Amino acid sequence: MMKNRTIFFQKPVCIAETATIAGPKEGEGPLRNYFHNILSNDILGQKSFERAEIKMHIYVIKNLLNRMRLTEDDIDCVFCGDLLDEIIGCNYTMREFDIPFMGLYNACATFGEALIIGSTMINAGYMKKVICSTTSHFSTAERQYRYPLELGSQRTPLSQWTVTGAGCSLLTADDTSRIKIVAGTLGRVVDYGVADANDMGAAMAPAAMDTIVAHFKDTGRNPDYYDLIVTGDLGHSGSRILQKLVKDKGYDLGDNYTDCGILIYNREGQDVMQGGSGACCCNLVFNSYIYSQLKRGKLKKVLFIPTGALVSKVSSLQGETIPAIAHAVDIEVL
Amino acid sequence: MEIFLTYLKVFVIGGFVCLLGQLLINFTKLTSARILVVFLLLGLVLESVGLFEPIKQFAKAGATIPITGFGANLARGAIEGVKEKGLFGALTGGIQAGAMGISIAIFVGFVIALVSRPHTK
Repeated sequence: MMKNRTIFFQKPVCIAETATIAGPKEGEGPLRNYFHNILSNDILGQKSFERAEIKMHIYVIKNLLNRMRLTEDDIDCVFCGDLLDEIIGCNYTMREFDIPFMGLYNACATFGEALIIGSTMINAGYMKKVICSTTSHFSTAERQYRYPLELGSQRTPLSQWTVTGAGCSLLTADDTSRIKIVAGTLGRVVDYGVADANDMGAAMAPAAMDTIVAHFKDTGRNPDYYDLIVTGDLGHSGSRILQKLVKDKGYDLGDNYTDCGILIYNREGQDVMQGGSGACCCNLVFNSYIYSQLKRGKLKKVLFIPTGALVSKVSSLQGETIPAIAHAVDIEVL
Repeated sequence: MEIFLTYLKVFVIGGFVCLLGQLLINFTKLTSARILVVFLLLGLVLESVGLFEPIKQFAKAGATIPITGFGANLARGAIEGVKEKGLFGALTGGIQAGAMGISIAIFVGFVIALVSRPHTK
């Protein structure tokens, strides 16, 4: 059933298992004990960082299948995306698998988009098991959105550090685990006129506010319904902007609010400016830390809001402002 | 003692130029390429109005190594070109004066690209 922008799944969809692989810098961060695998270097013996990103992606999907004792035939579809041109990383990844593939792009909100589409397919009864995954890599994203590493340009104070990693979730129609996707609020494209490609947090905060307020209106809930409200990659400055914007709309996010970009790195000592970002930022945090907290019962109700800046290198060079989007996913232990 | 004083002057002035660059990064939205051009033009202007020479006498490499030094070099070359060859000298003089810097940049860039690979910093 859909009410305004929120889909309420008739039968909540099970998140059966997750798999993650984190880059070296992420592996030194506060969540290091939650990742399934940590890389010791981020090139993986490949000739390009793009190939390294593809290798990580292939690895997490295989790792998930192996751990769940599933074969490629068991999976009905993979919904995935990354930050490269034409999501080329996913295209090469899925060349290695005999599984139907639907490529998605909502920048860093892609993982939220994948979870909602995957859940919808399962809830509609067309599919039994799907995989939702995303990847990002610091060095490929720098080339894609800013400058190649070879230029050696300095980082600005409002910039964020793109997370290196890959992660995936297995959604199933059966009740393999008690962790369920209950509802999803679809994002709209919101643009408040921020044009600085080094200040993504400010560009995405209004989109996150728009989706969060729509979610509370559609569900009739208040922020205190959730044990944790977590946005994707607004970073420290973007999160503060979001809290203020939401307050102006009459909701107080309170102490249960945080951001994956804040959680994934130590701000002191890791030199990441405003925190993490990238298509795998919210993915890594969700599939490792948040999923394990749900599994242990430390969290019961989580509102997970991946945020994406829909920017391209061309649009920022041409001085266009940055449109942004956020999807909210309501995940509960039932 | 004299040599230490020279090093100190070079360090302070060179460091001051870098400080200006950091301030531009922190407090403006200028991209790194634009900041580079701003410094080049700054050197050009300083040389044209005769201010760069005294700075260079005082700070030596502290003034010439940052890209402002290259800008000043271009301006000086163009001015000298005009004196020698007339107005066309303005077109050739700058590049002639900068020829060594440009060639070294290209050559060293080529060699470094051959022997090294980019890493995530």
